[in-house]
Amino acid sequence: MVGNAPEHPNYNMAIVKAFAVCAVVYFVVGALVGDLIAWQLSFPSLNVNEYLSFGRLRPLHTNAVIFAFGGCTLMATAFYVVQRTCAVPLWSNKMAWFTFIGWNLIIVSAVISFPMGWTSGKEYAELEWPIDIAIAVVWLSYMFNFIMTIANRKVSHIYVANWFFLGMMIMITYLHVVNSLAIPVTMTKSYSLFSGVHDAMIQWWWGHNAVGFFLTAGFLGIMYYFIPKQADLPIFSYRLSVLHFWALMFGYVWLGAHHLQYTALPDWAGSLGAAVSIAMIIPSWGGAVNGLMTLSGAWHKLRDDYVLRFLVVSLAFYAMSTFEGPVMSLKTVNALSHYTDWTIGHVHSGALGWVVMVSVGAIYHLLTRLWKTEIYSVGLVNTHFWIHTIGTVIYICAMWVSGIMQGLMWRATDDYGNLAYTFAESVVAMHPYYVLRSVGGLLVLIGAGIMLYNVVMTIRTAGQPNAAAARA
Amino acid sequence: MLRQLGHKGAIMGLGRIIGNILGRSVDPQKRREKKSFQESLEKNIWGLIVMVAIVVSIGGIVEIVPLFYLDNTIEKLTKEEDSIRPYSALELEGRDVYIREGCYLCHSQMIRPFRDEMERYGHYSLAAESKFDHPFQWGSKRTGPDLARVGGKYSNEWQVQHLRAPRSLVPESVMPDYAFLEGYKLDGALTEKKMRALAMVGVPYSEADFAGAAAGVQDKTEMDALVAYLQVLGTMVKFEPGKDYRE
Repeated sequence: MVGNAPEHPNYNMAIVKAFAVCAVVYFVVGALVGDLIAWQLSFPSLNVNEYLSFGRLRPLHTNAVIFAFGGCTLMATAFYVVQRTCAVPLWSNKMAWFTFIGWNLIIVSAVISFPMGWTSGKEYAELEWPIDIAIAVVWLSYMFNFIMTIANRKVSHIYVANWFFLGMMIMITYLHVVNSLAIPVTMTKSYSLFSGVHDAMIQWWWGHNAVGFFLTAGFLGIMYYFIPKQADLPIFSYRLSVLHFWALMFGYVWLGAHHLQYTALPDWAGSLGAAVSIAMIIPSWGGAVNGLMTLSGAWHKLRDDYVLRFLVVSLAFYAMSTFEGPVMSLKTVNALSHYTDWTIGHVHSGALGWVVMVSVGAIYHLLTRLWKTEIYSVGLVNTHFWIHTIGTVIYICAMWVSGIMQGLMWRATDDYGNLAYTFAESVVAMHPYYVLRSVGGLLVLIGAGIMLYNVVMTIRTAGQPNAAAARA
Repeated sequence: MLRQLGHKGAIMGLGRIIGNILGRSVDPQKRREKKSFQESLEKNIWGLIVMVAIVVSIGGIVEIVPLFYLDNTIEKLTKEEDSIRPYSALELEGRDVYIREGCYLCHSQMIRPFRDEMERYGHYSLAAESKFDHPFQWGSKRTGPDLARVGGKYSNEWQVQHLRAPRSLVPESVMPDYAFLEGYKLDGALTEKKMRALAMVGVPYSEADFAGAAAGVQDKTEMDALVAYLQVLGTMVKFEPGKDYRE
């Protein structure tokens, strides 16, 4: 299926280019804010004023990486893949540019909102109600254009990557609309429609599916197109992709409740969430295996294909963090890991290891195709690969140690049954790991900067006839 | 095509998908002859949309909807135990400062029923205690300690000094300084609007509350408000020792 589509003169590749470049820029911005707040936790005097304090910048970091970087990557790749696999141009170019401008305006409004403290106070959905409405409109324009392009397709089957993109778009619509329901007070202040335990369950239904659909299903769509394409091999198993798709669509939705175990959420809900979480290892690994086995017999390609290397390592991280997730949702483990840095480490093994690496691989792949050129510097891509991988591993390991240590220190008792440590003592013990995490984050940021430079130079030299010779 | 995919059809379809995957022929020729439900979905975008929309909604419906009608979701408390009330004007403004500054990103307000947590923070939290919290502030991370029962633990003076310069009282702390809160006076007109908005979503504020809102925050700073909020946290239930509140 992949690769059958002939090059079509009317494909809208300009929109893909625009989203891809934005994704790289937002990657740098998101990593920059992320690393800044990591240093703030190491050295609190870096909270220089009210606008740049940790509590206001943290939502900026999460929104920048998830919705600005992740969102632009998903929009670039979905618009690219849907045209190539349906053998038709986008249904509406105007609507695509509306999506592009709208999404970027939303990102700009977020950059203003968060330092100002305009927040609805729900994690990963902090933007206030006027922006929430704008998100819904722009998101629907993205989905509608995608669906209509598929409806117009010239090939009989809808390719598997598009199922995943579609699932992501539908679920994010549900989640965003329900979780953002609020009563406005002013333009920059509103109160959630729900309260207490209900609000908690709805928030984590959203929270975990921002991960499960936005950051997983959507990026699996990327995996299903770009890995076979880059490796020049068909997907390992069609059957596995069918099974894994429906299991993922059905199962991920249940997981939010595992964020609320032992809280005031009724036990049945938390336990249900945990039970399905454990079962989710099967569809998750189904996807990872399907991607990795696509390379069977062609592993030698990893030796010199830098793009494939990003894509394959992303799957290894995906498999690892989708194993870690179910383990952390086990009640006994969760009792220790909840509220600690382990959660932060887990999120970043998924985000830096899986999401970023698969995105970076796809963007490097797109770069050469869209601008019909060679990459400016393969050496810099390799540098990016290693610096990013090392930075990610340092980050994750630091958070594993600090998270487990925190959990153990909080529950430790002395011989007389008294708590062995004050909370402040556990904060001091975290310091070296917070510094280490900041260093890991700095490496990721440097990698992002290298990528941006490489992307800009590739585009700048793309038109020059002697570009390839000059580089050699 | 949509007509063929009614609700019943969709549920039967799920069974057929699984059946087809398991019983599928490996011979591509035979596969082509028999058209499975999966295959028809792959050729029909509208059918695929409907199926996905149904499949992804099940988990949320099962986990969320019952919470709204099951009686035991929020604990029943006796008259003696229950003095849970809506936040006063000043506390409400303080809570909004708490949300604005992202305090919930480092402090939880949800004590779990573990020995160490109850020793450190107090009685485990009840759902009833946050029933007026729009949005909830349970949090997900403890970079700093849990605050669910911080009310009354320290004096007002301690809280103010700690917010101004946390490390002057707790040298190990990594909390940002919030001295700037003392420079901002509260806007009483907005307080009433906030209360009315909350009343619309079910918080039982009275006309007297609305009328007294502006006076309640007059000449107060954001620092006063935040401290008032912190001092009320976790103080509204009188727990009966030894009673199991989570059945």
